[in-house]
Amino acid sequence: MTSSSSASAPPPSPGPEARPETAREPSRAPAVALRGVVKRYGSLRAVDGLDLEVPTGIVLGLLGPNGAGKSTTMRMLTAQSRADAGEITVLGHPVPRASKQARADMGVVPQHDNLDEELTAGENLEVFTHLYRVPRGEREEAVRRALAIAHLEDRRNTRTDKLSGGMRRRLLIARGLVHRPRLVLLDEPTVGLDPQVRQELWGLITRLRAEGVTVLMSTHYIEEAERLSDQVALMAKGRVVAHGEPAALIAEHAGRTVEEFPVGPGGHDGAEERARARGLPTRRTGAALAVLRAEEIDGGLRELLGRGEVRAANLEDVFVHLTGERVE
Amino acid sequence: MTEPTAAAAAPVAAPPPGRFELAPVRGVLAREWALYRRSWKPTTFAALVEPIIFLLAFGFGLGSLVGAVSGYRYIDFVATGIVAMSVLFTSMFPGLIDTYVRRVFQHTYDGMLAAPVDVRELVTAEGAWIGLKAGVYGCAPLLVALAFGLPPAPGMLMVPLVALVTGFGFALTGIWLSAAVPSIKTMDYIISGVITPLFLVAGTFFPLDTLPSWAQALAKANPLHHCVELVRGAAFGIDPASAALHWAALLLFVAAAWCLAVFQMRRRLID
Repeated sequence: MTSSSSASAPPPSPGPEARPETAREPSRAPAVALRGVVKRYGSLRAVDGLDLEVPTGIVLGLLGPNGAGKSTTMRMLTAQSRADAGEITVLGHPVPRASKQARADMGVVPQHDNLDEELTAGENLEVFTHLYRVPRGEREEAVRRALAIAHLEDRRNTRTDKLSGGMRRRLLIARGLVHRPRLVLLDEPTVGLDPQVRQELWGLITRLRAEGVTVLMSTHYIEEAERLSDQVALMAKGRVVAHGEPAALIAEHAGRTVEEFPVGPGGHDGAEERARARGLPTRRTGAALAVLRAEEIDGGLRELLGRGEVRAANLEDVFVHLTGERVE
Repeated sequence: MTEPTAAAAAPVAAPPPGRFELAPVRGVLAREWALYRRSWKPTTFAALVEPIIFLLAFGFGLGSLVGAVSGYRYIDFVATGIVAMSVLFTSMFPGLIDTYVRRVFQHTYDGMLAAPVDVRELVTAEGAWIGLKAGVYGCAPLLVALAFGLPPAPGMLMVPLVALVTGFGFALTGIWLSAAVPSIKTMDYIISGVITPLFLVAGTFFPLDTLPSWAQALAKANPLHHCVELVRGAAFGIDPASAALHWAALLLFVAAAWCLAVFQMRRRLID
């Protein structure tokens, strides 16, 4: 895919009432495209040559350790942070030049709760129907719809500071959906929430996807990315180091199985080197040495290592392998 | 091409948003209105009671010693000055403090700028809302003075407009300074070092011609002085040429404050 394909064929920008038809319309143009994007803060390169395309209609999990540049990337998509180099296109609109149009068509759920505490749940939503220019006659319906999405129909007149943490987070998400956006940016949507609330939010994201909304979600919870995402982009040091379907990424970087060997008193340095020499990535998991692509262990290496505990490879193995102890 | 497409059924795409739009300004004002509906009681109390106490204390307390100033009863003189003081307080403080809290602690503006709202529209709306409140509340001391015998004059109908424009300018000044200060602690420099001289060296409580000439020159650069002159002119009469000059000074002040506020807020909010 080239940059001209997205520029020459921008997706139609429908009014809110046209959403359901266009949502299912297959589109070649990616919902979000970043090419060679660089963002510097002084001498720090927070984003350092980022290339990423988010196809329309999928959930893409942007996964990476703290400081990988996920939040900066999110802010650049709304033009709240300006790239020093590179090209950004959101829903066919070049950013930052036409970012206002892009912002009108997308919904943003920030990492930090910035609801108006003195206002009720309903008033918080209503304010954003104004900011998102929902026509006057449709505002009431938009507020009701958003309350239903957040399961807060009976809390409409409750002041926001009286809502529980989970309710507030659902309200924050619903606030980004009042105008039926075609694209939703979720920045660490479940950070700091207890497991029940996270489950609820996962359900909400899955429903959005079923409606044809493109979701770009940053997270550092690997399980969350693996469960919800059609594609995962793994970020480290301001770049995408791996991008694909979770299963494909696991197969490519961690193989089918991982075998964990307890680390003896003398350590496992010899074993680690042998495994790596054989081309098998390893990682330390607490008191164990984990060998990735364990299905390939054979011959002398098998004799040296003995039998470990075999488990299925997962995205965490990929994550640590690519962002943590990277084999040079 | 004859086959109907989903895109053809969709309504015509909206024109691309212009550089400055009223829709986002209305959106930000809608939020202010929602907040005001919850907080109007304490806001109104503070905005009305303080200037009225000032007016009565100075008008009767100091007035009994002073008698007449510049040919007017002191209470009438000071009432027109306190209109300006009230406008300054009800615009500069919210501009400075509320804006700082919303930007730094509540992250409100980050949320708004992720919607189709740009910094210049945000700043304009916040300044306009505060200016509007100052325009309404600023009239209170004048009404009190009327009750105590200030002769009504048709020019007084201009006072809400003078108060609104001045309030808009000082709200923008407050917004600018809120984005210029490095921390909330350093606001003390502004409150004591800027706001206090602004409201005292403007002809509010005493005529400027009693001051040394250097202070008089400084006062001419004080936007609040031009507000005082216009309010006083509305109550006691003013020649059109002087009024035009004071209006020009106020409008220049508003334009400069708008540019500074937008520039500095953009530096803080967009990186």
